[in-house]
Amino acid sequence: MNDLWNQITLSWEWLTASAQWHGEEGIPHRLLQHVIYSGISLLCAAVIGLALGLLVGHTGRGGFLAVSVANIARAVPTFGLVLIIVLIDYSITPVLVALVALAVPPILVNTFEGVRAVDPDAKDAARGMGMTGWGVLWRAEVPMALPLILLGLRTSAVQVVATATIAAYPGFGGLGRYIIDGLARNDYQLVVGGTVLVVLLAIIVQTAFAGLRRLLVSPGLLGSARS
Amino acid sequence: MITFEGVSKTYPDGTVALDDVSLECRTGEITVFVGTSGGGKTTALRTINRMVEPTGGRVLIDGADVRDSRPAELRRGIGYVIQHAGLFPHRTIEDNIATVPYLLRWNKKKARDTARELMERVGLDASMAKRYPFQLSGGQQQRVGVARALAADPPVMLMDEPFSAVDPVVRAELQDEFLRLQAELHKTIVFVTHDIDEAIKLGDRVAVFKTGGKLVQFDTPENVLARPADDFVAEFIGYDRGIRRLWFIPASEAPLSDRGVLPADTPADRIRADDDGWTLAVDGSRRPLGWAAPGAVPSGGTLADAPLKPVGPTFTVARDSIRAALNAAILSPSGRAVGVDDDGRLVGVADQHDLSAAITRAGADAEPAPAVDAKPASDDVEPAPKGGAAG
Repeated sequence: MNDLWNQITLSWEWLTASAQWHGEEGIPHRLLQHVIYSGISLLCAAVIGLALGLLVGHTGRGGFLAVSVANIARAVPTFGLVLIIVLIDYSITPVLVALVALAVPPILVNTFEGVRAVDPDAKDAARGMGMTGWGVLWRAEVPMALPLILLGLRTSAVQVVATATIAAYPGFGGLGRYIIDGLARNDYQLVVGGTVLVVLLAIIVQTAFAGLRRLLVSPGLLGSARS
Repeated sequence: MITFEGVSKTYPDGTVALDDVSLECRTGEITVFVGTSGGGKTTALRTINRMVEPTGGRVLIDGADVRDSRPAELRRGIGYVIQHAGLFPHRTIEDNIATVPYLLRWNKKKARDTARELMERVGLDASMAKRYPFQLSGGQQQRVGVARALAADPPVMLMDEPFSAVDPVVRAELQDEFLRLQAELHKTIVFVTHDIDEAIKLGDRVAVFKTGGKLVQFDTPENVLARPADDFVAEFIGYDRGIRRLWFIPASEAPLSDRGVLPADTPADRIRADDDGWTLAVDGSRRPLGWAAPGAVPSGGTLADAPLKPVGPTFTVARDSIRAALNAAILSPSGRAVGVDDDGRLVGVADQHDLSAAITRAGADAEPAPAVDAKPASDDVEPAPKGGAAG
């Protein structure tokens, strides 16, 4: 118990020390790096995952293939992927590729399932009233699938934020730096401090998506989910 | 007018959904497609708005081949109502109704004004405009579905089992309101149902389909009941089709009398025992009050002093069918049906014997009349078999 309390006080001291809030090694700089890596990865993953998910969900073709590939991709260890690619090309790109590979499956699978689960009667009515294929997609399928689409994005975002710590292994900074350095030096104050920052960032992301859901999803869908 | 010219639909796996169907749905009328499941009635309906493309023949609306219009544009001009309403859960009721106006790029205010107007028209309270479909009952959702189909005022409406998913009481209500609405709007309506009673109640004309997408009979409901084209139709409309025909004999055909009808203030000694003894008490303006059993009037009292049994269901002579009259007779304590006018005042009574005589007479009159425009769907169907005599 004492040990734990000790850890917490030490970590708190580390977090609040003014030295941590300045310069290249400071928290703001590391945080910014972390957010940039996560943001770029999530953006790329969203473009790929949403496009494929909508295409497959709307046409109803290739669903099994898409979901299978996505699930296999989930099984690939991200860390291993980073190491392999870094050996080929030493830059930040392999890290981003690995994060994108991690983030695409939840987005793709949720988007696909969301569109597929849209009430067939509503789709039939949309078509029967004179919506074009695009009209059905944008006016009916996407709004109705939105809760699941956002869930996929949120899952991926949290995973990416947590996993972007690996950028520090090949030496590209981010919040992972503290954890890796701390582990190397047996400096647990540093490890816990870095971890707390990552967790805080993940919580902020989670909250942001909850807000986005309130803002974007029609009350007609949230209401029926509650009842 | 919607014209089917030898329309066929065969799926790649060889399933025949429609087999050389030709018929005309007249402008301003309700044409009902009825039949067993797999009979092709829904497929036939969906060829009209190109939700299904026929593999043979063609469909014309007012002489124009539907294939000459782009599907999306064609459909915006045709109302479409389906079984479970198919409302958009993410849109409010008014925005659901305004779907087609939005597609046609009306301005938002005009679209919403139209939606509100239609809500009133289909019997929905204006307070529901901002609600979402999940907050409405099945019957209310179906009303929204009808309003949505009417929003851009299309001349043609396609309705695919619109009232099948609601309970019988709500269904009857929706059917009645639908008929009232159609009496105002005069749309050209194609209505699909598997329920023969619904077909008879709603249809100006009924097209009976059987498995394999064959149109076996296309005629007025009266004629379908009187002269089923073949055994399939006879079986489909059921063993009680004779009873169903009674819907088409007006109650005014029944001979009505004042037998056993007396004012409530008639003294006991003035009440003559009738052949069956029951007496109907009426008030000063001839509104029926109830039935007095034989000998129930205390001596020295008046008819009103007797314990009166409730009148039970009555029939409105000018509007109801003889089926309603027969129903009233069966349920009446005296066995006599009470016929009233629109204000509920007694016109006269008739017993089951009177009604049955009227039915026999009406049946005899109807029998020789040739079926108007009756045309067999294909050569192997007898136009008017002997089955009609049974009714």
